[in-house]
Amino acid sequence: MQINTTLDDHRIAKLAAFAIALHMLEALIPSPLPGVKPGIANIVTLYVLYKYNFTSAAWVSILRVFASSLLLGQFLSPTFILSLAGALFSLGVLWLSMHLPRKYFGAVSLSMIAAFAHIAGQLMIVRLWLIPHASVAYLIPIFALAALFFGVVNGLITHQLLNNSSEKIDSASST
Amino acid sequence: MFKLLRNIKAITSAMLIGDWLIFVASSMLIIVLFQQLWSHEHATTVQIRLGDTVYGTYSLNQQRDIHVKGTIGNATISIMNGKARFAQSPCHNQYCVHQGWLSRSGQAAICLPNQLSLELVGETKHYDSLNY
Repeated sequence: MQINTTLDDHRIAKLAAFAIALHMLEALIPSPLPGVKPGIANIVTLYVLYKYNFTSAAWVSILRVFASSLLLGQFLSPTFILSLAGALFSLGVLWLSMHLPRKYFGAVSLSMIAAFAHIAGQLMIVRLWLIPHASVAYLIPIFALAALFFGVVNGLITHQLLNNSSEKIDSASST
Repeated sequence: MFKLLRNIKAITSAMLIGDWLIFVASSMLIIVLFQQLWSHEHATTVQIRLGDTVYGTYSLNQQRDIHVKGTIGNATISIMNGKARFAQSPCHNQYCVHQGWLSRSGQAAICLPNQLSLELVGETKHYDSLNY
């Protein structure tokens, strides 16, 4: 049996591999508070969203969540569910906010919005499922502050990558 | 030094007007969140929950032991001088007891095995911030 793959498939696989690698790197960075992470893998999602389309970005993001949870041994654990919830919620919000006028809202906007959506999705799962209690509210400002900071940083990096035309990381020429 | 200045210029030019709008709006939202959720006011009452129902609300301005029958056994909750704690619990790991005294509003102690929780409630002063 042979699966016929298209150039698109190759490109998505390649970009997802980048996202997974960044996710792995990030897993090594110690965090002062569980949940506060730079989310550098989202740079790839945003990059794909701008360079290609929403479908590719969604594929890259979801593949990244599944593959890196398998690699880190967290598949189907609460960490994985949180990661998936964050990614899905953030994709949903990105789908809405990508229609914002490009003239005024750049990569930094989408990055900030995605970061906030990520943390909002995760906190909802935490509140509804893991800790059904109001005490989680205490942590919301810290998470929001981290989301804002890393959202801006990731957005600026994405902006740099998009404007760097010599970038060859996504060339689909190899067969 | 010039390089740093040029970098700052490059960074700010990457942010469009909408980006700044969202940045400022979310910064203000975060400040409000800090003010609302990190209140350090002292609590006045303690709310005890059993499962998903409120078992009772008690004033912290008294000295008293409350005995509550949870899912796995009897627990004792002590109230003293504006503070409250789990004094005794039948649960295995005793996390709730080790959490100690709670005194600020918003603080909580949860005993999952016994399905019992304490939450301190203050006078809600949220609207006062508008008067300042």
